[in-house]
Amino acid sequence: MSDISSLERDLLASIGSAKDEAALEAIRVSALGKKGSVSELLKTLGGLSPGERKTQGPVINALRDKVADTIARKKTALADAALDARLATERVDVTLPIRPEAQGTIHPVSQVLDEVTAIFADLGFAIAEGPDVEYDDYNFTKLNIPPDHPARQMHDTFYMAQQKDGSSHVLRTHTSPVQVRTMLKQKPPIRIISPGRTYRVDSDATHSPMFHQYEGLVIDEVSTLANLKWVLEEFYKAFFEVDSVELRARPSFFPFTEPSVEWDLRCDRSVPGKITFGIGNDWLELAGSGMVNPRVLDMCGIDSTKYQGFAFGGGLDRLAMLKYGIPDIRPFFESDLRWLRHYGFSAFDLPTLDGGLSR
Amino acid sequence: MKFTLSWLKAPLDTDADAKTIADKLTSIGLEVESVEDAGARLKDFTVAYVVSAEKHPNADKLRLCMVDTGAKDPASSSEAVGQKNLVQVVCGAPNAHAGMKAVFAKPGTVIPASGAELKIGTIRGVESRGMLCSIRELMLGDEHDGIIELAADAVVGEPAAKALGLTDPVIDVSITPNRGDATSVYGIARDLAAAGLGRLREGDLSPVPGKFPSPIQTVLDFPEGTQSAAPMFAGRLIRGVKNGPSPKWLQDWLKAVGLRPISALVDVTNFISFDRGRPLHVFDAAKLKGSLRARFAKDGEQLVALDGKTYTLDSEMVVIADDEAARGIGGIMGGEDSSCTETTTDVFVESALFDPVRIARAGRILGIVSDARYRFERGVDPEFVVPGLELATKMILEFCGGEPGEIVVAGSPPGWKREIAFTPDAVLKLGGMDVPDDEIVRILTRLGFKVEGRNPMKVTPPSWRGDIAGSADLVEEVVRIHGLDKVPSLPMDRPSVIARPTLTSSQRRSRIVRRTLAARGFNETINFSFIPREHARLFGGGDDERQLQNPIAADLDAMRPSVLPSLLAAAQRNVARGFSDAMLFELGAQFDSGMPEAQKTVAAGIRSGAGARSWTKATHAADAFDAKADMLAVLESAMNGPMTAPVKQGAAAWYHPGRSGTLALGPKVLAYFGELHPKVLAAFDLKGPVSAFEVFMDAIPESKAKSKARAPFAPSQFQPVERDFAFVVDATVAADAIIKAAKGAERDLIERIDIFDVYEGKGVPEGRKSLAISVRLQPKDKTLTDAEIEAIAQKIVAAVTKATGGTLRT
Repeated sequence: MSDISSLERDLLASIGSAKDEAALEAIRVSALGKKGSVSELLKTLGGLSPGERKTQGPVINALRDKVADTIARKKTALADAALDARLATERVDVTLPIRPEAQGTIHPVSQVLDEVTAIFADLGFAIAEGPDVEYDDYNFTKLNIPPDHPARQMHDTFYMAQQKDGSSHVLRTHTSPVQVRTMLKQKPPIRIISPGRTYRVDSDATHSPMFHQYEGLVIDEVSTLANLKWVLEEFYKAFFEVDSVELRARPSFFPFTEPSVEWDLRCDRSVPGKITFGIGNDWLELAGSGMVNPRVLDMCGIDSTKYQGFAFGGGLDRLAMLKYGIPDIRPFFESDLRWLRHYGFSAFDLPTLDGGLSR
Repeated sequence: MKFTLSWLKAPLDTDADAKTIADKLTSIGLEVESVEDAGARLKDFTVAYVVSAEKHPNADKLRLCMVDTGAKDPASSSEAVGQKNLVQVVCGAPNAHAGMKAVFAKPGTVIPASGAELKIGTIRGVESRGMLCSIRELMLGDEHDGIIELAADAVVGEPAAKALGLTDPVIDVSITPNRGDATSVYGIARDLAAAGLGRLREGDLSPVPGKFPSPIQTVLDFPEGTQSAAPMFAGRLIRGVKNGPSPKWLQDWLKAVGLRPISALVDVTNFISFDRGRPLHVFDAAKLKGSLRARFAKDGEQLVALDGKTYTLDSEMVVIADDEAARGIGGIMGGEDSSCTETTTDVFVESALFDPVRIARAGRILGIVSDARYRFERGVDPEFVVPGLELATKMILEFCGGEPGEIVVAGSPPGWKREIAFTPDAVLKLGGMDVPDDEIVRILTRLGFKVEGRNPMKVTPPSWRGDIAGSADLVEEVVRIHGLDKVPSLPMDRPSVIARPTLTSSQRRSRIVRRTLAARGFNETINFSFIPREHARLFGGGDDERQLQNPIAADLDAMRPSVLPSLLAAAQRNVARGFSDAMLFELGAQFDSGMPEAQKTVAAGIRSGAGARSWTKATHAADAFDAKADMLAVLESAMNGPMTAPVKQGAAAWYHPGRSGTLALGPKVLAYFGELHPKVLAAFDLKGPVSAFEVFMDAIPESKAKSKARAPFAPSQFQPVERDFAFVVDATVAADAIIKAAKGAERDLIERIDIFDVYEGKGVPEGRKSLAISVRLQPKDKTLTDAEIEAIAQKIVAAVTKATGGTLRT
């Protein structure tokens, strides 16, 4: 008995002090191998009397199990220590910066275009587009702007050089020619928004020779100034993401609408450099509009005795400036990386009505 | 259009103040630009009398003034009441002197120029309890060479504005081009009266009988068919006038609206121009030879106008000429040599009608901005030619005396009478505003329209409203006067309860392409559509057809033939700012000619610079494969599927000929990509390679998918097998050819082929290259045996050898 317990003590001591897996394996062989000390003891069981076997058997088997188990645990411990030692050598300085990744951005005009589109799509407005170089007839004549109108002068309108066929065209001064194109090919009811680049011979602190407009057109048999007011209210409320807005109407004059109305939006500008809509004592001019002039309808092939509707429009760049606090229009088109990164939007921030137009 | 409050109140009987009037004007479509109410603005400044002005004891340039402000000292005892209460003021103005009347500001007054509140101060040891003000300090002008010296009769203690003649607010209104009738005080008063703000006084327009037949006739001398250039020309000679300054009230009004009083005769014409919108001209009859005729100028004919400048006219412009020469540019400006002076005794007053279009043209070409042009080009009242002349006669007789001749008239007012059938329901139907019929009639009548009948109404616009053409114009008149603020807000029908998508497929593509590129790290830009011509030439443009006739700047004269030059110029500007690495894109138009439909929508981008420096060494200078990846990302995101069209070597001339490619479907080019040509980069002053791509959005084929449902998902149950092959081929063989040949060998089983090595150099013969591919076989219905795999490998080798002349590298 004492032999067995001393053997157990010796074996466990040597397992405990084994320095590596090789030493441990040697101990395993010396104990549990074919000729191992524990194996030899197991062999003696066969020569014992049934009575002795009954007492010695469990003791020797227990010794074998305990040694095997201790070796296994020691083996895991040694492997863990070895891994820990290796990992300790594999340390990196995680404060080093990452591999360079370019951060892309969406231009504010594109972002705002997507916002405007989302709102008007909900009201059933399709997006209509047209060319930047435009026929005089579509940009002016069919919009009831007669040939002698001052807006047609070279100091307002960019003219293309004469073409081979003798024609000469303009860079569209508004996106209204898209309305003409739409009316010429589509029968009422019409609900469109026409956003796009527009051009005027104007360049100073607050004007760019190229800018962006969005214009809306509704043609049906019933729409009135009252509907126009509602559309603008809903649009500005959604766009500026405020609970309410207040619009002020002023009579105005545009050759293509009659009556013509300009709209101001109530706002607060009491904090310098900041503008808040829906409250305050200031008014900001935001849109020109009116009921489409019957002459325009007739010139565009729509029976003005049956159909009527309204048109409205404003600056897309201006909307971006007002909503996102961009003070100056000119850098919109200067492609300064610092500006693009400062005012740009994430590729993944696609404006939606459910998720909100902005965050 | 400027006028003063008191001027407006001559034809308009109202008690309203400037603010009320201004608000009403804006609300009825006569937008007020500004109201300058100096009287209100300067209400805290008073008239003071400088009792003494001594030298400051401690400063040579300062004066110590004792000033009587007329105020009683509230702290003084009852015995002191009525006694002069003198205030000590230190003043730096050289003209401060005893006995003058000056403008005084007491402590607590805000000085307009500085915006600061005046405080009791101590200047060089002496207390100063107020300030004597200059023109500039009150923001009445730029003069600051001294303090204001008021007239001796200014009353001490009264508002200084009164002494300065500034109690009359000046209102500036922006008149829309259709409202010629509102270019007059009277016209504005008429609109206000219609809107319920006062009562219109018509004024005395009764004729003044002529005392003698006119020795000067008026003649219209135009070829047949051009008589509309000047349909009517009236005039009247007044003999024996004595010209001199006009009355003070008239001078004050004219000055307030920015006109310089000249003499009674001239001031009368200016007054009637502003008051009634009726431009007139006065000739010194002694300087005229024979009769006056309105005719076209001769090409090259010259005239010295009233502004002292010589103008060269053309044969589309109308002049008023006597027997000798042109004496005035019709409807724009009179001539200098026939103008009235202090010595004028016989005056001929011209009142005529001119074609607005011709006036606008002549004014524009000659560069003359005059009050007459402003009114004629907007259209004047054709029936007011003679009444205006009568009014002028009365005023001239009153101011200058004299004897009126008979009025001479050539021509007549062009027909303006028209009747519009007007259904009052149109106000509700178009304007969305319910206005009772009686109110409609009242508004139109007050505006001068004649309204007969009820439904429909027969409406005749007045002679001064040439802009009214139809029913919609009448609706506008009613709603603007009734009040646009009464337009309710009325929801529109929703075409669909849940909104339907409205974007076209190309609009959706543009949106997704933008966001794909931004997700890849590109910054979206928007650049001008016009670029310098020399840049356009590098990209196949710069021809005459794509030039602008009137560019905003000499170097923004050509419509861009490609989006790339815009991006390269932008990259260069960023380099100049110290940012050499850029990834820029733009989704915009390129212009293939100067015709309207000749523009293409292009998604173009560039990568420039050596790549950010990083300890990871993970960056590299942009190359053709960056551009290829960008291009494919654009196409595949646009198409929502793989782009399988083959890439051909080489692209447009602005690309590096050996490092660029074209992706085309048949003859239709979808995209170019590659490194840019070094010569192009040099032109933009860019160093190092720049990779670029251009994807032509309109050329991308439409998706053919008919159903939203995906094809069934049926992954193979069998293990895929990979086999590697290395081929030695001619260096000119395209990698694509090897892949195509290998793939063709066993189309059904080969799932994909990857090129994992391309090698030229030691171990490979000169002029040849080694290209290693990994072929992945995906069995579909059973596991492949070794023999089957070997057979496929043989087929692949044979196919590649046949197609490219390559051999298996061993």
